Amino acid sequence: MLITIASGKGGTGKTTVATNLALSLGRGARLLDCDVEEPNCHLFLHPEITERREVTAFIPVIREELCTGCKKCAEICRFRALTVVAGKVLVFPELCHSCGGCLEVCPEQAIGQGRRVLGVLESGHCGELGFSQGRLRVGEAMAPPLIRQVRAQNNGAETVIIDAPPGTSCPVIAAMRGSDFVLLVTEPTPFGLHDLRLAVEAVRLLGIPCGLVINRADMGDEGVREYAREMSLPLIMEIPYDRKIAEAYSRGIPIVEAMPEWAERFRGLYRDILVHAGTSGRQQ
Amino acid sequence: MKVAVTARGGDLQAEVDPRFGRAPYILIVDTETMEYETIDNSVNVNAFKGAGIQAATMVAEKGARVLLTGYCGPNAFRTIQAAGVKVVNDVTGTVREALETLKSGKVAYSTGPNAEGHW
Repeated sequence: MLITIASGKGGTGKTTVATNLALSLGRGARLLDCDVEEPNCHLFLHPEITERREVTAFIPVIREELCTGCKKCAEICRFRALTVVAGKVLVFPELCHSCGGCLEVCPEQAIGQGRRVLGVLESGHCGELGFSQGRLRVGEAMAPPLIRQVRAQNNGAETVIIDAPPGTSCPVIAAMRGSDFVLLVTEPTPFGLHDLRLAVEAVRLLGIPCGLVINRADMGDEGVREYAREMSLPLIMEIPYDRKIAEAYSRGIPIVEAMPEWAERFRGLYRDILVHAGTSGRQQ
Repeated sequence: MKVAVTARGGDLQAEVDPRFGRAPYILIVDTETMEYETIDNSVNVNAFKGAGIQAATMVAEKGARVLLTGYCGPNAFRTIQAAGVKVVNDVTGTVREALETLKSGKVAYSTGPNAEGHW
């Protein structure tokens, strides 16, 4: 069972939901923090990291002694990471998307395999909960390949929970594609609603069943709830705007630790997800 | 000598466009005869990325020896330098005025980019 926690708007509570859901499930579950531009699940989990490795991507390196300046590599590169001036190929590694097109078309085998560091992949555990996260290198713009590496660390866990980046761009798609269920976390404000609409559109394009968690549920207005009814979007959980929750959060303490009665509520959230994902029969 | 000038319009009366990669027009002018070729740069104006690299490559291919523009970012500058084209940044006024200033010799060639790269 692969559940991605996503949201259009940032700061709605994805990490709160992802960490508390994962901690409530514990053994047999694994949390993958795919918000590689600013992974923050670790602030609440304090995981023991047992494995750390760099993740790299292909970049072309020109073997000048073989290059004839034919421009085929520059012509195929849609990101303009290669250009030819004064008979020489110039490479702009930060524009390269590692497709390898230049390698394929070079008739002289003048393109060698270089690597650029995208970031770091870290794995470990928090008690019985398995954990992995990616950290994008500062200055790096290409998150999806690192996200795919983090996703590959499911280690055969029965339940995998992905904390996705905010928004609806490529990194978000990379984090939620192929999930069994996407749980969208929002807040009941016009901003929350605006970005929720975009997120729902993206999830529906991918054809993944989804449901809604409203965080800070007793503030704002009714817009999000009306939208959920209109779109037949199941509202699975509401988390109140509660000072105790905010205080625990500000100290990096998960809700289920500060208020253990919430663990059963998050296990209930999981059971509801199984029902809405249409896999309850298989899982139970 | 051929000189490339970024411009808001397609002739010598046009104002110099301060942007290099995303200027709507680039004029390639022969400073001896003042004959010019107007290049419609609209493909690069809307380019996702790499507009400066592409424009610099094109300027080099046209045989220009000097580029007159407003701002030149790091990738564009690296490309234009590799091509052996000299750059004058912070150019203002019309294309014709810019060329007159160049011909009078009252210009300083840039030794590096004068704008940040952007995404």
